[in-house]
Amino acid sequence: MLKIDGLAVRLGNFELSAASFNVGKGDYFILLGESGAGKTVMLELIAGLIEPDQGKIFLDTFDLSNVPIQKRDLGLVYQDHALFPHMTVRQNIGYSLPDKQKSQVEELAGQVGAESLLDRWPATLSPGESQRVALARTLARRPKVLMLDEPLASLDTPSKAGIRSLLRHINAAGQTIIHVTHDFEEAVALANRVAVIEKGRVVQVGTPEDVFHSPRYQFVASFVGIKNFFRGKTEIQGDSHFFHAGQAVFAVSPCVIGSGSIIFASEAVTLSPDKPHGSARNSFPGTVAEIEPVPNGFEVSVDIGVRIFSLISRVSFEEMGLATGKKVWASFKASAIRFIPDGETS
Amino acid sequence: MIRRTGLFELAICFCGGLILLFVLAPLIGMILHSRVASLCETASDSEVLKSIRLTVLTSLGGAAVLSIFAVPFAWFLARRQFAGKRLLSAIIDLPVVIPHSTAGIALLSVLNRDSLPGSIAEYFGFSFIGNPIGISVAMAFVSLPFLINAARDGFSAVPERLEKAAMTLGASSARVFFSISLPLARRSVMTGFVMMFARGLSEFGAVIIVAYHPMITPVLIYERFTAFGLSHARDAAVVFLIVCLAVFILLRTLSAERNHAEN
Repeated sequence: MLKIDGLAVRLGNFELSAASFNVGKGDYFILLGESGAGKTVMLELIAGLIEPDQGKIFLDTFDLSNVPIQKRDLGLVYQDHALFPHMTVRQNIGYSLPDKQKSQVEELAGQVGAESLLDRWPATLSPGESQRVALARTLARRPKVLMLDEPLASLDTPSKAGIRSLLRHINAAGQTIIHVTHDFEEAVALANRVAVIEKGRVVQVGTPEDVFHSPRYQFVASFVGIKNFFRGKTEIQGDSHFFHAGQAVFAVSPCVIGSGSIIFASEAVTLSPDKPHGSARNSFPGTVAEIEPVPNGFEVSVDIGVRIFSLISRVSFEEMGLATGKKVWASFKASAIRFIPDGETS
Repeated sequence: MIRRTGLFELAICFCGGLILLFVLAPLIGMILHSRVASLCETASDSEVLKSIRLTVLTSLGGAAVLSIFAVPFAWFLARRQFAGKRLLSAIIDLPVVIPHSTAGIALLSVLNRDSLPGSIAEYFGFSFIGNPIGISVAMAFVSLPFLINAARDGFSAVPERLEKAAMTLGASSARVFFSISLPLARRSVMTGFVMMFARGLSEFGAVIIVAYHPMITPVLIYERFTAFGLSHARDAAVVFLIVCLAVFILLRTLSAERNHAEN
């Protein structure tokens, strides 16, 4: 339905580079990224508020490059809702409606649970109420794609649950939605497709399962709690496969040869004061760099040339007498490592 | 909480008092030197009343006509970035810094009968020189920066996202301007308008060169001073001062109405 093809723009020091992805009809598409990653710029590019340096946007195969903002059939709800402060809620919702259709305002307000707010001024609304009004105002245009900029960011927990449910309901009614956020949980809760944007680059696109089970970037891995994430490339030496990540070389299970990422759980890494004699093929001497208490024990960061993380129980921690700067051995099996080869982002 | 007044605060209060005295003393002195009976006589003098009416109308007319062009231009200056913008802003401020008699001479050279605007005016049967329209032009010329600068600051303070949101809702640029930008910047625009109007009322240097007649009040006061002396001029000046203050307070009150953007 919406195809973004190589969209790029430079704005001062920020650069959005060659972004490409597709959004299908009825999709709930979440663009996930940290603050400053370029999420809002992407929405404004699609809306036509910023002119791209290169690339094209297609809506239903129709090139939007020369279509003015007003005729793009796209709706945009800003993070701060951008309600017009000198107009009542009723006037805000009805802003885009011709005089003959002003009677639809009540119906639209009803759809988003804002029927009791119609005669209020925006300054008197809570963030959750403002969000509902902004949604109704944008839906009044019946956009083919509804774009939401951090719609839950400014809300308290109860309002968040309400708006989340409302968005799910709007999407279930067939509305295609692009939602940008920095919140991993929103993506898990709402999206049927996810794109990850990092420093102006769309780095991974897929279903939430694809993206979160096989993170190709540190940024995504950190979202799902995987701290042992390294980029590099695999090589075969003799009969064994190895993964080179900077100064560290990890033994891995047989896999394709090439560049990619490895991930392994902190629980898989055991620590011992002496060199272990078990079957683990990855054993490295290192120094305890950092210790962080977690609910089920301690997360210990060990410097082995790169930093790896180990999750150990309180009993083991006390038995070993671990402290920052102490020499330890970190070991884990090659089979605990998952290699994710680089591939297409979509 | 008890807050002690320090020496520095006392010094600031003293400075403020001096400034207030500097502004108010001549005006209060002028009023105190006038006698009520002669003020009443001056206030009913048809020549004075006629000149006050002319002054108010020419200044108001000039500000109103120029607003039609200046307010959208101020929005443009607030919103667009382009090469030469600083130079353009400096040009707009030029009338504030040049001597007003110089402004009058400059205007005279473009409004006289031999100039293009002068010949066009003559074609339509009037002349800028010695005409209320010429007076309006002179007043507007020296006071225009007050309107443009205040309006530009007002438009700059309107969040651009509101304009963008309106555009994504299908509004044309003109509708965005009239339904979002202008209402939200209304207070600053009105303040600029009042300042331009007030500055126009007090203009003397440029007007006396472009149009000595018909006489606006500042010119009438000057003529009475040179012909009859201080006391005659003072009565007309006090009456004019009262009218100016009344109009100024009225317009400031209208423009000071709080709007929702500033809540």
